[in-house]
Parts: sequence; structure tokens; C-alpha cells
Amino acid sequence: MVDVATVMDLKKVDRLVDQTGANPESLIGILQDIQREWHYLPIPALKRVSERLAVPYNRVWAVATFYEAFSLKPQGETHFLVCEGTACHVNGAREILRTFEEALKIEKGQTSQDGKFSLETVHCLGACAVGPTVAVGRTFHGGMNREKVIELVEMYGEKKGGGK
Amino acid sequence: MRLTSPAQLDKVRLDFLAEIAKFTKTVSVCGGTACQANDCRYVADAVKSELNRRNLGGTVRLIVTGCHGLCRQGPIIQINPGEIFYPHVKPEMVSRIFDESVVGDRAVEEFLYRDPESGGRIRRASEIPFFRKQTRTLIGANAWRDPSDIRDYIAHGGYTALKKALFELTPENIIDEITKSGLRGRGGGGFPTGRKWSSAAKAPGSHKWVIGNADEGNPGAFMDGSLLESNPHVVIDAMVIGAKAVGAQSGGGFIYVRNEYPFALASIEHAIKQARDWGFLGHNILGSGFDFDIHINRGGGAFVCGESTALMASLEGKPGEPRAKYVHTVEQGYHMEPSVLNNVETWANVPRIINEGAEKYREGGSDTSAGTKVLSLAGNVVNTGLVEIPMNRTLRELVFVICGGITGGRKIKAVQAGGPSGGCIPESHLDLTVDFDALDSAGAMLGAGGIIVMSEDVCMVDIPRHFVRFLESESCGKCTPCREGLKELDRLLTGIVEGSGSIDDIALIEEICEWMRDASLCALGKSAPNPVLSTLRYFRDEYMSHIVDHKCPAGVCKALDRLRT
Repeated sequence: MVDVATVMDLKKVDRLVDQTGANPESLIGILQDIQREWHYLPIPALKRVSERLAVPYNRVWAVATFYEAFSLKPQGETHFLVCEGTACHVNGAREILRTFEEALKIEKGQTSQDGKFSLETVHCLGACAVGPTVAVGRTFHGGMNREKVIELVEMYGEKKGGGK
Repeated sequence: MRLTSPAQLDKVRLDFLAEIAKFTKTVSVCGGTACQANDCRYVADAVKSELNRRNLGGTVRLIVTGCHGLCRQGPIIQINPGEIFYPHVKPEMVSRIFDESVVGDRAVEEFLYRDPESGGRIRRASEIPFFRKQTRTLIGANAWRDPSDIRDYIAHGGYTALKKALFELTPENIIDEITKSGLRGRGGGGFPTGRKWSSAAKAPGSHKWVIGNADEGNPGAFMDGSLLESNPHVVIDAMVIGAKAVGAQSGGGFIYVRNEYPFALASIEHAIKQARDWGFLGHNILGSGFDFDIHINRGGGAFVCGESTALMASLEGKPGEPRAKYVHTVEQGYHMEPSVLNNVETWANVPRIINEGAEKYREGGSDTSAGTKVLSLAGNVVNTGLVEIPMNRTLRELVFVICGGITGGRKIKAVQAGGPSGGCIPESHLDLTVDFDALDSAGAMLGAGGIIVMSEDVCMVDIPRHFVRFLESESCGKCTPCREGLKELDRLLTGIVEGSGSIDDIALIEEICEWMRDASLCALGKSAPNPVLSTLRYFRDEYMSHIVDHKCPAGVCKALDRLRT
């Protein structure tokens, strides 16, 4: 896994800031764009946003740590998001999470050593009617069970970074 | 094309109707979130390649739409004329469907919906009990409208309410009509919309704002996401009307969308862009002299941002911490200026009220809860999906008639309504009406309309613990009762499900619930005890069984097994 933060292109951050008119009110949106680009919030990017918006760094930090959607740790090439909303919970989401943890040999919130996979939970994806649901990027997988978890891990392992 | 006068609206409508009249068939593929999770994109690809292979592009119209409703049976294809309904479609079935139903006018019998009761096949969607027993005013046309084409909305009466509001009605007329309609907030509060608008209109301030809430942080609810996916323009239509009513041309509009909803977000982003291009947003809307625009804010996945003051803090680019509401947001909201925040489903009811009048609107629903409510049904029920009923039907009808009862022949244990702020309603109370008031009496609430049906295999101590843990992670931490109370509740409930609980814990749990309810700053903390108290009220024996016998009646709490042997 390359540490993106040390080599990241701050011009790209500038572009994302400018896209919204460099408005302090757009702070959350800008951080979301950064997260979408790098799949986490690198510290140099947060510092740059603070300078560009003239928003104190502690406020940028407050926002980055308040919202569930932001991650301060790099994610794996494939990031599995297991839904633990109520409907998924009553249909066995706990078992799905456990199966991922076994198959990937990492726990919720961790990234595998080779940087290929990371695993996280989400409160609801809105696909409650067909849960348990797992998201990989913008691709949703419904009706999950143990076998389908193993299939997904194999499929994305072969694709290498697919699904982002 | 930017429309500059109301007369042009009619021309767009007629042109588009003429354009689609050329097609002899319409194939509608459901592209709602649930069907996306069932790989409907491969079905849509298969339909596209059949169209190309057979060279039918000029005579057959393909639309990828928002939610058709019966999510459990997805991916779904429907074909018009004939309203032929195909559930569980796989790409390899598409060629045969084309042979029989697109080129021919027959149905492929064995692909049709199978009625679980009679075992017979049903051809038309409207004959399937799930659909037949509903009143689908807001979502009924989902299968036949292309949400990505603004002309489809216009062709079916869209933006005529906006036209009427901008050219024929005064702000007072609009507020009067909304007030008379009895419309109440669909996000969970049930607050009278007319009264909210009237307060904002009267509030002093040089800038005013209207906001659509589609944060839908409540796990188990997916109505708002589905609405934005299937009919985004109805929300824009309504927000312009609301802006005129409260005087928000001086400020502007926002729609706050949950970022975990990629399909809903893309749909409303596209719709707003189209509405600007066509002159329904921006400067001098339809040549009326009225200016108004809407911006999208993506939520950060914080449940507390469903609370109005927290949502407005988030709009300002700050952490979503609520403040005490001595002064309401209709007077001092976004940037301390008058702000009207309505749930997107509330907004979606507005154009119909303006077009058809308050009287007609009141015909549906109960005396105190007018109109229909869109509900999302999930959990251990046969037909999961998106349901719309007038607010005078019972929970029993909803679960057993519309949704076909419990899966796997199991017994029902509870209906969970209102999410983390709601409660679990036992079978003995299923004759309660699904409206804003009746469920409260049972210690639950309708909330936003997310309903999870739970079978006997669900543990009534594990569920409140699930909600408490959710809220513990979502509490903003600003006030002590909520922050510390949830932590303690989690500790006590975990003790019970793991076998270290004592009978005295129950009294302590009830005491903590009481002070959280009285002393928390915002609705998140005040309503957090509901899942705990409602299960203690109706399922106390399950708590006792865990504590005294170290036995989980549902067989969920495995940690207890070790203690018994």
C-alpha cells in the first residue's frame, strides 16, 4: 500500500476546493470529494483545505471526525461496507460481518496488511427490503449469506481494486 | 430549452406525448436501490442488447425507473400495454420475454408472479394483492415514468402546480390551501405543514430559506431515497411553491441528501440541473419574475442531522450538533434566518394539493392524519418493499393483507415502527391505525414510515440493545443525559443478553430512561428510551427469561447457552 498522503497532489485538492467556489460553507462537501478521490482524508489535504477556506484547522478536524462518512485511515483497494441497519440486523447482518472478518482475517474498521481489503459497517444503505446488504463503492449486493460473502471476497480479490 | 412563459408548458407536454406515442411497447426495468442490489443493471443491459439485436429501438421504449414497489421480487420488468409484470428476472430470461411479450402480445406463463395463496399465476401488477390493496397516489406511476427525463414529468401534469402558484395564487392562498389540506410532516414529527409555513412567512428577516430533508438516517426506512430515485421533479416543483409561500426568493433552497444513497443522489442532482436548464429554477422562473434556486448538500452519515437545528448547522459546514429550540428554526434556522424544513415526502404531497385542492386531499386518510403515507416494509415479512396506504388502515392489514404475512410460516412477534425513536408493537395491538397519533398510544410512533416486521426468531432484548448501540454511536455528545445515559443502557442491556444481568437492573434501566426523556437536549436523546421502554412494556417476560433462566426465547443470545450447561 502506498502512503498516498506523502505523495498526494495538492493541486487536485485545490481543484476540488475551487469546484465549490472555495466557500467555507462547502467544507463538508469538499471533504466528501476528497474522500471520494482518495478513499480517506489525508492530513495534508485537511491542512490545505483549512488554508484555502481560511477555516481554522481545528474546525476542519471537528467536521472530519464528527461525521461517520469520513475516514482518517487509508482504506483497502476494495472496501466492503456491511449494512447493519435494523432490517439487515434481523436478517442476519451479524453473521455476514463475522464471515467477512474470518474470510479477510481482519476486523471491522481494519485494512488488510497487503492493502487489498478493508472492512467497515454502515448504519443503513436503504436496500432494507433485500437485506442483508453489502456495498462495494457504488455497487450494492443484496440477499447476502455466508456463501455469497466468500464469492464476493474471491471475485474482488481477482479483480484487484475492482468496485471502486 | 429554457421555458420563458407558462404557455410553453403545454407544448412540451403535447410534443412529448406525441413522441412516445410512436412507440408500440414500453419496457420498464426497475432501477430502484433494492433492485440495484439484485443486479438489475445486467437485466437492463440484456434488454438493451435485445432491442439492438432485433432492431426495435424505434418502436419499443425502454425506461429504467425508480422503485416499482415489490422489492422482494426484484429485479422486476413490466411491459405496457398489458401491464405484464415479471418478477425475479434474470438476463437469460429476457430473450423469451421479448419473443412473447414485446414482439408478441402474450405473457410467458411460468415467468409471471405466482400468488402464494392460490398458487396461480397473475399477469398484471394491479391484480397482485400487494398492489391491489394499496392506494398508490404518490408512487403508483413510478413504473411508467422515466425519472431522468423532465419531459416525462411535464407530460403527466408536472410543474402545473408551480405554474398555478406563480401566476394565479398569492402566498396567502398557497398557505391557506396547505393548511386546509391537513398535511402533516412526513419525516416523523407530524407537525402541521401549513402552520410551519405560516410561521416562516410571518417571521421577520430579509432572507428566508426552504429546505428538503432527505437525510433519512433512520435505519430501515427507504421512502425518501426511493422518492428521489423515482420522482425527483415533484420535490423541486413543490419547493418552488413553498419558496413563493414563505418568501424565500430572497434566500434560496437546499436539499440535504444522505450520502449513502448513490442512486437517489445522482437522480436529484440530474433533476436539478434539468430544472435549471428548462427554467423551473433560477432567474425569472417561467417568465414570472420569481427567482429561486436549490442546492444539494450531501449528508455526512450522521443520524442526528435529521434534527432540524443539527441539519442546519451541517448546512453551514459545521458539525451537526443540535441546539436548544427556545426559538424555532422557522424563525431562526439556517444562519439564524427563517427556514422551512420539510421532509421530501411532505414536499411531494404539495403539488397535488395545489392542483386538486385541499378538499380532495382530505378524502384520503383519517380525521387527524390526512392523505396517504408511503411506508417502507422490511424484515421477516413475505412482501418487502415500498407501500402507500391512506392513514386509516390497520397494522394488521398492512402486515397480513398487503405484505402477505410472515416468512417461512413463522409467527409474528412484533412490528417495529419509528426506528431508533420508536417502539416494538406486539401482535395484540396490531389493530391500531397506521397514522400519526394511534401508534403513540402504544409507546411506538409512526415516525418516517420505516416498518420492520419481526418474527418469533427475533429477540426483544437484543433489538433495543441494537438501537441503543446505534444511538450511542450517533449521539453528538453535547448533552450529558443522552451521552452517558446511552452508554449505561448499553452496559446494562449487554449484561442481560450475556447473562450477567440482575433483576435490579430493570428498575435502573427504567430510571435512566426517565431522566433521558426529561433532560436530553434534542429529540434523539428524548426518544432514545422508546425501544427499551416499549419492549419492557410488552416483552418483560423475555427480559426475565434472560436474567432468571439464562434463556433467550428466540435463541439469538448465544452467550447464555454456556451459562446453562
